[in-house]
Amino acid sequence: MALKHVNAVVIGAGAGGGVVAKELAEAGLSVVLLERGPWARFEDHDHDELISQRTTVLGNGFGPDDERYRRVVQDSDGQWRIVLPSEGGYNNNAACVGSGTVSYGAMAWRFMEQDFRMRSTYGTPEGSTLEDWPITYADLEPCYEKAEWEIGVSGGDANLNPFAAPRRRPYPMPPHPYTFEGRILEKAAVGLGLHPFPIPMLRNTVLRDGRPACVHCRYCVGFACEVNAKCGTHNTVIPKALRTGNCELRTESVAAEILTDDRGRVRAVRYFDDRDREQIQTADLVVVSCSATETPRLLLNSRSRLFPHGLGNRNDWVGRNLQGHAYTGSFGLFASDVYDDVGPGACIAACDYNHGLPDGLVGGAMLANEFIRLPYLFANRHEPGGARWGRGHKGFQRSWFRRHAGVQGPVQEIPVFEARVEVEPGVRDHWGIPVAKLSGQRHAHDVEVGKYVAARAEQWLIAAGAIKTWQRTPGRGLSGGQHQAGTCRMGNDPKTSVTNRYGRIHEVDNLFIADGSLHVTNGGFNPVLTIMALGYWVAGHIKTQWKGTGFRS
Amino acid sequence: MKRRVNRRTFVKGVAAAGAASALASCASAPGRWRFLTQPEAELVNLISDQIIPRDQDPGAIDAGVVYFIDKQLAGPYKRFQRDYREGLVTVEKTCVSMYEKKFAEVSWNEQTKVLEALESGPSARFFELIRDHCMQGFYGSPRHGGNKDYVSFRMLGLDYPQIIGQNRYS
Repeated sequence: MALKHVNAVVIGAGAGGGVVAKELAEAGLSVVLLERGPWARFEDHDHDELISQRTTVLGNGFGPDDERYRRVVQDSDGQWRIVLPSEGGYNNNAACVGSGTVSYGAMAWRFMEQDFRMRSTYGTPEGSTLEDWPITYADLEPCYEKAEWEIGVSGGDANLNPFAAPRRRPYPMPPHPYTFEGRILEKAAVGLGLHPFPIPMLRNTVLRDGRPACVHCRYCVGFACEVNAKCGTHNTVIPKALRTGNCELRTESVAAEILTDDRGRVRAVRYFDDRDREQIQTADLVVVSCSATETPRLLLNSRSRLFPHGLGNRNDWVGRNLQGHAYTGSFGLFASDVYDDVGPGACIAACDYNHGLPDGLVGGAMLANEFIRLPYLFANRHEPGGARWGRGHKGFQRSWFRRHAGVQGPVQEIPVFEARVEVEPGVRDHWGIPVAKLSGQRHAHDVEVGKYVAARAEQWLIAAGAIKTWQRTPGRGLSGGQHQAGTCRMGNDPKTSVTNRYGRIHEVDNLFIADGSLHVTNGGFNPVLTIMALGYWVAGHIKTQWKGTGFRS
Repeated sequence: MKRRVNRRTFVKGVAAAGAASALASCASAPGRWRFLTQPEAELVNLISDQIIPRDQDPGAIDAGVVYFIDKQLAGPYKRFQRDYREGLVTVEKTCVSMYEKKFAEVSWNEQTKVLEALESGPSARFFELIRDHCMQGFYGSPRHGGNKDYVSFRMLGLDYPQIIGQNRYS
C-alpha cells in the first residue's frame, strides 16, 4: 500500500534533523522524520564503559551495530579495509533518536566571528580549500540563541570570555560549578594571563523543561543520562515535533535513495522500514540530516539519468573536504589528589588560543579540561615510555588515577579537497546499500597548530602544579570522527560548493541539507550547537518559502 | 539485571574462593568455557596474571579476566577467535624455544621474558590484543565477566555502584 504523501521528509533525527522536523511541523507542514536507529534508553547499557559511545570495544552503546553496518577506509599506507562501527576509523555517530545528542559530552559552543571568515582572516594555505562561509556569525546569531533557549544551555557570565562573539541574550541556565580540578586550573590560568570561564553545556543545572538538574555522576560523555538532565534533540525538539500532531517519527528506518522526477525535482525517499520492507515515501521536499559521512553517501547513492554522479554532485564536490578536529593537548600528574569524582568533569575552558597564534599559524583551538577518565580509558593513558603492562603499569594506575589532569582542545582543521567520502558499490550493508568509503588525510598545518596549542596546555598544567607533564599532539591521517563536517559545503558559487547559503542543493529546488556537512570550516570547538543553529537557519528559510500547498523557491 | 549480578558477586566475595582454585574447579565442569579449551584458558589466565599481577591489590586472576576474555570470544570478539587459537600456540612455542619448557612450567621472570619477546617480535599484534583485552576485563564493568567484586574500581578508589554523596570507602 502506498504511503500517504507528506510535505516534508526529514532524514536523520540527530542534532540538525530534530530541529528541522520540529520547526517544519510547528509551521504546519506534514513531516515524516526517518531515523535509522531506535529510541535509546539509559537502561540498555547504563554505566557500562565498554559499550558506550566513548569506548566502543564491545560495541557502540547506541549504535550502529557491527552486524548490519560497514564502511571502507583507506589506511595511511594506501590499503583499503572494511571497518566495523565499533572499530576505530569508522567515524561513528550514534544511530538512535537524538543520535549523538543522547550521549554527547554536551559542550555548547558558538563558533567565533573569525570562524566564519577563515579565508578573509588568514588567506588560503597551499593544498587547502579554506574558504569563508556564505553566512556570517551575525546571520546565525539568532539561531544560536534559539538553540540555547529551546534545547537548553547552562553557561556563565559572557563577559568572562573576551574572545566570544557578541550575544544578545544570556544563557538560560547558570553554569556548572568548577570541580576541584577546575578550581586549580582557574587559578593557574588567571596567573598566566589567560581568560578562563565555565564551559557552556547542553545540560540542566536547574530544573528546566520538566527535567532535573545534573547529579554530577562520573559517567557522562558516551552515556545516556540516567536522570535526563542532558539536553538533546531526543528530549526537547523531537517530542515537541510529535506533539504538534504534524510529525510522524519512523524509527529503525534506513534511507537508501532519494528519488527525482523527470524535471530534476525530488519526489520521494526510498527506505527500508523497521521490518526491512522497502518503502517509498513521497514528499514536496526532503531535508537530509544524516551527518557528514552518511549525507554524502545518500546523495552519491541517489543516481539517475539527470544526476548520473549523484544528487548535487555535478562538480564533484559532494563528499569533499571531510574534516573533524585534530585533538591536541597535554596531561599532567600532581603531587596530591585532584580528582573529586564530580561529573561530568570538563568544566573550565579558555579561548585564548583559538585565533591570533604567532608564526603565521591558521586558526587554533579552544582548550578545556577533560571529562572524567573512566578506568579502562585511563589504562591506556600511561606516560610516554611508561610501562604498558605488568607491575609498573598497575602501580601507575593506582598511584595516579586520582592525581591526573588533562587539558585538550579541538584544532580547527584546514579543509583538504582530497579528504573525502565516496561510496563503494563492492561493499554493501545489511540492506544492500553501497557503503561509505573514506580516504585522505589532514593538512600538515593542523599538526603544527596542534603542537603549538599542546605546549600552551602543558604550560597551563605546570602552572597548576603538575609535577610531571607530557603532550599528546595529533598526527596526520584520516579525519572526521564524531565531529565530522564539511562534506556538502554551503557557498555562493555552485562550482565550488554543494548547497546555497540556506542549505538548498544548488541543482535541486526542493532538496536541503541540515547537518555538519554544510560547515565550510569546523571551528576550534565541538560543533553540535552550530549544527543545531543551522537546523533553525535552514528550516527558517524553508518556512519563508512555503506557500501552504506546496514548495516554491 | 545489574542488581542481580551485584548480589551474586557480593555473595561470591564473602565466600572468598581463591581465583586459582576456582579456575581449577572448572576443569571438572565440562562445557564451562564458551570458546577456549581448558589448556588455553589456563594459559590465558597465566598471561593475564603477567599483564595485571596481584600485588597489595587483587590482580587479573582475582578479577576473573580469563572469564571476560572467553565470554567475549564467544560474542563480540568472535572475529578474534583465530588470533587467539593461533596466538596462544605461538606463546607456547616461543616459551619452549626460549626455555625448553611450557609457559606454566617456567618461573615468573621467565614468563615475563617470553611476553616481552612476543611484544617486540612478529607476534606483537596478538600480544597487543590480549594485553588490551586484559585491561578491558580488569577495568571494565563486572557484567562482562571480569572485574569481579569491582576489584579495579576499589583499587582506584571509585565507589560502585555510584551513589552521589553517599558511599565512600574509608
